[in-house]
Amino acid sequence: MKAPRRPPEPVQVIKQRRDATLRALVEGVPYIQYLGMQFERKGDELTGVLPFDQKLIGNPMLPAIHGGVTAAFLEVTAIITLSWTYLWEDVESGAIDTATLEAGGLPRLPKTIDISTDYLRSGLPRDAYARARINRSGRRYASVHVEAWQDNRNRLFAQATGHFLMPQRRE
Amino acid sequence: MATKTDIARQFIEAIPHSKALGMRLTEMGEGTSTIEMPYDEKLVGDPETGVLHGGAVSALMDTCCGAAVMSHPASPGGTATIDLRIDYMRAATPGQSITATAICYHVTRTVAFVRATATDEDTDNPVASATGAFTVEAAR
Repeated sequence: MKAPRRPPEPVQVIKQRRDATLRALVEGVPYIQYLGMQFERKGDELTGVLPFDQKLIGNPMLPAIHGGVTAAFLEVTAIITLSWTYLWEDVESGAIDTATLEAGGLPRLPKTIDISTDYLRSGLPRDAYARARINRSGRRYASVHVEAWQDNRNRLFAQATGHFLMPQRRE
Repeated sequence: MATKTDIARQFIEAIPHSKALGMRLTEMGEGTSTIEMPYDEKLVGDPETGVLHGGAVSALMDTCCGAAVMSHPASPGGTATIDLRIDYMRAATPGQSITATAICYHVTRTVAFVRATATDEDTDNPVASATGAFTVEAAR
């Protein structure tokens, strides 16, 4: 006989835990705050959002977003998506302690080994969006591809592939 | 009289994002450039250790590589990044400024090839290295 199934958690409980975890990841990093980046969540899917700001300009004549900002935006999206995926199971099971997270107990983040950015068209003075796909995630290394667009989802303005060193679980 | 380096410095320092990160062009040759970026708490990527975020190093590398392209005698106009790969060798020491040096080692009529290295005060052990391709544009 099967064990009786646990009743599903109330939606607000699980949402609160997911959002608290995501908030801790994003708000805990000064540089993400400096860029003004945000993350939107639909279930486990994340979209990085970079609202346009004058300080992000790299070419005042065009004007265009700085290539370094574009690279940073892609890298941050990759790291947050990777951390989020890595923490997801603990968020769902309730093993993650949201009180510790909210008090600033940030989980260890993956470290970038290398990242290669393709600039497909210039970044316009508009909001930008990015989504990452984890192509491989092992115990130690992960390979992630990220795409960024502005007005049209099908017209990418940049993409990147990066390799990351995963945080080691404390035994 | 304003030297080429003075003009380039004004140009770099007029880029809003480079200015926001406090970048300062310290040297410029024919296809080479050196740019310094001071340590700043707002650029931290790991609040536990105070280590700068890789993204800030990317911005420095991109600016420095672009400056090297523009300083090359065979590149008369502006430039844009086609691709840039960055390898992070170690965490930068908190509190220390980062210095990037770029060399534009080959230029065709359309493409400039660049590599760069970034160090903190421990100049024998680079923090990051970069290689990239940039566009070559006609003089405006």
